[in-house]
Amino acid sequence: MSDPDYVGLGGWTPAELAVPGEVRPVVTAPDGVLSRPGPEVDPTSDEVVRLAADLVATMRVSPGCVGLAAPQVGVSAQVFAVDVTGHPKALTVHGVFVLCNARVVEASRWKAGREGCMSVPDLTGDVKRAGRLVVEGALPGSGRPVRLVTDGFEARALQHEIDHCAGLLFLDRVAGAHAVYQRKVYL
Amino acid sequence: MNELAITVIGRDRPGIVADVAEVLARLGANLTDSTMTRLRGHFAMTLICVGPAAADVEAALAPLAADGQLLATVRAVTPDGAAAPSGEPYVMSVHGADRMGIVAAMTRVLADGGGNVSDLSTRLTGSLYVVVAEVEVPPGSADELAGRLTRAAAELGVGVSLRPADSDLL
Repeated sequence: MSDPDYVGLGGWTPAELAVPGEVRPVVTAPDGVLSRPGPEVDPTSDEVVRLAADLVATMRVSPGCVGLAAPQVGVSAQVFAVDVTGHPKALTVHGVFVLCNARVVEASRWKAGREGCMSVPDLTGDVKRAGRLVVEGALPGSGRPVRLVTDGFEARALQHEIDHCAGLLFLDRVAGAHAVYQRKVYL
Repeated sequence: MNELAITVIGRDRPGIVADVAEVLARLGANLTDSTMTRLRGHFAMTLICVGPAAADVEAALAPLAADGQLLATVRAVTPDGAAAPSGEPYVMSVHGADRMGIVAAMTRVLADGGGNVSDLSTRLTGSLYVVVAEVEVPPGSADELAGRLTRAAAELGVGVSLRPADSDLL
């Protein structure tokens, strides 16, 4: 693989969705939708395109939000938005994007880090995640397959969102009995 | 040498640790393993120390408890050293809507499967209840145990995961 990003986003932006996103309410644990594995979706369907636009819109109005998955707006589906642009811990940054039916195909350089979640607003936790990640999925709208290679904070955000789509919260991966904390700072 | 199990719990305020530790130091009690933490506004200390007689420590802690804000107990225990880990280390996470009996039901499943909880904490935030337990399970039993935990969790309407504890050493 000479170009590690060989089927990257290809300049994708939310404008390609061609629908205005609406801000949806974010659901919080213990809402059952957060614990149900979401089904795969047809990334070209109108419903998924609207959902993708809504995820981006909701993410953008939520302070400090670097990713939002469909179950967090009450929809059990394998769709999420990510944008770590400008985050101080981010290395590789792909900007704002939405992926459907994403799965991790390579994961390495595991490292512990502190995570929070809009759906678990009062707690944070230490979770080990891969610091180097290859993810495959499909873009909403065109359905074009994507293979993303990333690292660091963006890799962590992707794993967190892919977990949401599988019905998992960071609470399911915390390192131990003393790795869950009451949140002290709200963004 | 006496080994003592001491608990102190009371309404949180600055200085509880200093007050108790000073009493123990004055009596020549050596503080060994302990956990001290704030639980919903109460400060709780559980500690093992070595040294003086239980009655002396109890008497010395009594003035701290005199205002009714702190409760201290002291008990002599038999030193038996640290138990060797008896199984494979796992972490169980449980989260869901708060209800009676979550810890009881889930730890009963662990116990019936030969699992030994070495550390456990719970948090209630809003209506979300979270349990995280570190548990040693008999070698080779984790998959079957995970299945039993999943069934017990389904009955309670909560989610559970059982994952190998991270044993990486730096």
